[in-house]
Amino acid sequence: MANFIDRRLNSKNKSTVNRQRFLRRYKNQIKKSVSEAINKRGVTDIESGEDIVIPRKDLSEPVFHQGGGGIKDRVHPGNDQFAPGDRIPRPPQQQGQGSGQGEASNSGEGEDDFTFSISKDEYLNLLFEDLELPNLEKNQLDKLIEFKTVRSGYCAEGVPANIDIVKSLQGSIARRIAMTSTKRKEIKELEQQLLALQNDKHDHIQKERELIEAITLLKEKIAKVPFIDTFDLRFRNYAKQAVPTSKAVMFCLMDVSGSMDQATKEMAKRFYILLYLFLSRTYKNIDVVYIRHHTQAKEVNEHEFFYSQETGGTIASSALELMNQIINERYSESQWNIYGAQASDGDNWADDSPRCKTLLEQNILPRTRYFSYIEITQRAHQTLWQHYQQVADANPNFAMQHIKSVADIYPVFRELFKKNTQNAA
Amino acid sequence: MGEDEIMATSIKEKNKKNSTLKESIKDSQHLAKQEANETSPLDDSSDWTFELLDLYQQEIARVAKHYRLDTYTNQIEVITAEQMMDAYASVGMPIGYSHWTFGKKFIQTEQNYKRGQMGLAYEIVINSSPCISYLMEENTMTMQALVMAHACYGHNSFFKGNYLFKSWTDASSIIDYLLFAKNYIADCELKHGISEVEATLDACHALMSHGVDRYKRPQKISLDEELKRQKEREEYLQSQVNSLWRTVPKAEKSNTKQHYKFPAEPQENILYFVEKNAPLLKPWQREIVRIVRKISQYFYPQKQTQVMNEGWACFWHYTILNHLYDEGLVTDKFMIEFLHSHTNVVAQPEYNSPYYSGINPYALGFNMFMDIRRICEEPTDEDKQYFPEIAGSDWLDTVHFAMENFKDESFISQYLSPKLIRDFKLFHIHDDSSNNFVEIGAIHNEQGYKKVRENLANQYNLSNLEVNIQIIDANIEGDRALTLRYTPHNNVALGDSKDEVLKHLHYLWQFDVKIIQEDKEGIDQVIASCPVQEKKEKE
Repeated sequence: MANFIDRRLNSKNKSTVNRQRFLRRYKNQIKKSVSEAINKRGVTDIESGEDIVIPRKDLSEPVFHQGGGGIKDRVHPGNDQFAPGDRIPRPPQQQGQGSGQGEASNSGEGEDDFTFSISKDEYLNLLFEDLELPNLEKNQLDKLIEFKTVRSGYCAEGVPANIDIVKSLQGSIARRIAMTSTKRKEIKELEQQLLALQNDKHDHIQKERELIEAITLLKEKIAKVPFIDTFDLRFRNYAKQAVPTSKAVMFCLMDVSGSMDQATKEMAKRFYILLYLFLSRTYKNIDVVYIRHHTQAKEVNEHEFFYSQETGGTIASSALELMNQIINERYSESQWNIYGAQASDGDNWADDSPRCKTLLEQNILPRTRYFSYIEITQRAHQTLWQHYQQVADANPNFAMQHIKSVADIYPVFRELFKKNTQNAA
Repeated sequence: MGEDEIMATSIKEKNKKNSTLKESIKDSQHLAKQEANETSPLDDSSDWTFELLDLYQQEIARVAKHYRLDTYTNQIEVITAEQMMDAYASVGMPIGYSHWTFGKKFIQTEQNYKRGQMGLAYEIVINSSPCISYLMEENTMTMQALVMAHACYGHNSFFKGNYLFKSWTDASSIIDYLLFAKNYIADCELKHGISEVEATLDACHALMSHGVDRYKRPQKISLDEELKRQKEREEYLQSQVNSLWRTVPKAEKSNTKQHYKFPAEPQENILYFVEKNAPLLKPWQREIVRIVRKISQYFYPQKQTQVMNEGWACFWHYTILNHLYDEGLVTDKFMIEFLHSHTNVVAQPEYNSPYYSGINPYALGFNMFMDIRRICEEPTDEDKQYFPEIAGSDWLDTVHFAMENFKDESFISQYLSPKLIRDFKLFHIHDDSSNNFVEIGAIHNEQGYKKVRENLANQYNLSNLEVNIQIIDANIEGDRALTLRYTPHNNVALGDSKDEVLKHLHYLWQFDVKIIQEDKEGIDQVIASCPVQEKKEKE
């Protein structure tokens, strides 16, 4: 008559396909929402998903339904005051009821927007959708090597501080046992002979004396075996093992002079996020240092970096100098993997560009794992680009790329990974 | 919220019923069973187990049989809250094709559920054979028993017995058909791309409620037949369409006054017309139109019997569980919990309550069936006057007859008693937008009963609720433009969405589409068209 079926363990997420369809259909709106969201969240905040808001009207599925006006007869329950023929003034702005039932009411009332959450992966997919992230695992940047001391067994020589007492005493016991065993065996035999003589009915005084002497002699010999010998000593052995360091610092350098508008900054921000994401797959700890500059450079926090308005000219070398200075002070290149990412619209004071080149080549590039420069502009290149071009030709760990729109960000990364696979090979 | 009052009445009714029920049970076999069980009520702990579910199920089945409830075999599936939300999202189809709208519904449900804005239904039941019911894992044993009585015997017997379901749906084939639809659409997506299929489905969904044969009984759908005929139908349909357009009379001949009218009669089933006649639709698109049309047809009876269906199910879970209580099979503790849930379900907030959102179909339906039973068993003079045929008749025969032969509209106009109108304090509001006031048309008094009843029945008349829009002309001689006529009911205008819907129709028809409506002078005016016509302005 009835069958019971336990469906609780059936695969979940029956709606996943439909959810994907939904995301696919509203990709444009969702992407817009994601790009708005990116402005709200920090470069390093990549662990969480995102709330997506879509205007409700965009989601509606139209059906024919009755509109306002006309004659409507309705029956309601709970009459407490009305008599037939009562006239009630129409409340101001009363809208028609729409269709009594059906699709129209599904969207609910009073909410203008449809909000829902997407997961971290969905968020990142949407964020970098046009970029098509390359296979990060396969292309590891060569990392800074750090040595770590690890225990590796015992050795016979070393400094007294490293003496391992237990091991040394074990050696001592072993040695003593080894050195005395034949003597103890002899003593045992002699003692047995002595006992036999003593138990004999006849006296063997001479023989007994000889035996006792022999035993005493042997015992003295045993006693002479040293309790501990340099031979016994064992020292803890240490070896150095190469481990890649898990610390990295990422320098974000950006021109914030008057010529950089917010859209350009957003583009740069994406680039920084992408770089951060990439580095976070390789390194456990990443410091991010924000340096903004116009004619002077300043280390700032993230919010100020992206959103403060500055005016004035541009001297790019000031930022490079500050970066150099910060490396000297806080980030020794022997312990930190240093990455630099500079974004600019290409404007620079013409006389300053050669100086940038020198700074990079002499001070920064030798100490950084990688330095990338992106120029976000629609115009022709200026002196900074030309000088950097020379740097790029001479240094494998320098990459530069010209970005016109968000979609161009990916080639920069491609460039970055290509070079390093070659290096590694 | 008026709940207490209803709580009071239901308990009152229950007490009253206890006395009457025992008299009516004279079944000796049943009495033996009752004696055997009297001393050992079923376990009433709140945690359920499958063994316990089965015990309760057997008892409920026995009582249901006693009351002559004829059901499809039950397939009872226990699911989690998340699976319930899946079921919600697919609007009750156990196997749904993939479409973004179901994703949207799932997200909406999930959001509301997570924010605590809504609870999930205790069950979902599907009109299929075997009849599939979903029980939520979270329910207590009492709730599971309530739900089984409600869905597996109440709804199930309604699906099997009501004339609309009998003649318009085929429970045994629906699962197979949905499976066919899912696979066919997945197949189309592979062949023609997700976007194309999605656009077609969107267009069909927009016209879904106009894909129903209201008067002509549809052919039953069965999987074997579908598969067998699908291929040949594809070819045949295309050839029909082609020949239709080929046999267009030659221009010289038709220049006479004789206008070749097509379709000969207005067509209300827009999707059917599109499927058969749209000139440029691809064969697979026709099949998708057909699938949506069939599914719409499958749900059509449910739309028309909401009050009856829920009322019937509530009536039976109430009656069956009380019967078990009278037999001593369930404990007081069980009954208290059951009545608490039951009264929540059948509560009717009053018009000025913040919880009021129209008439609760559970409340109206449940009380009407209870009332029919009352009229049969304890008719008053008023009842004898209003219901001479059923007053004093066998209540079981009467409720079965009512369940089998009516839909909401006719059920209300047939059985809504003056007593119930008084209990609900129903009143009728006449809202004419040409006046700056609304008028109370009738209330729950002697003069008003019939008018209230008539208006309430009309409120459930689908042909008043749904837009009356019909295809009146497809210009097969000329520009192939499609003309639809909107016939307003009570001068209610067509909603703003008409332009959007028309775009969807245009997608399917692929030539000009317009809707006309007769204005006050009796002249047809174009109220919407796609692509938007600007001729008039130019002229």
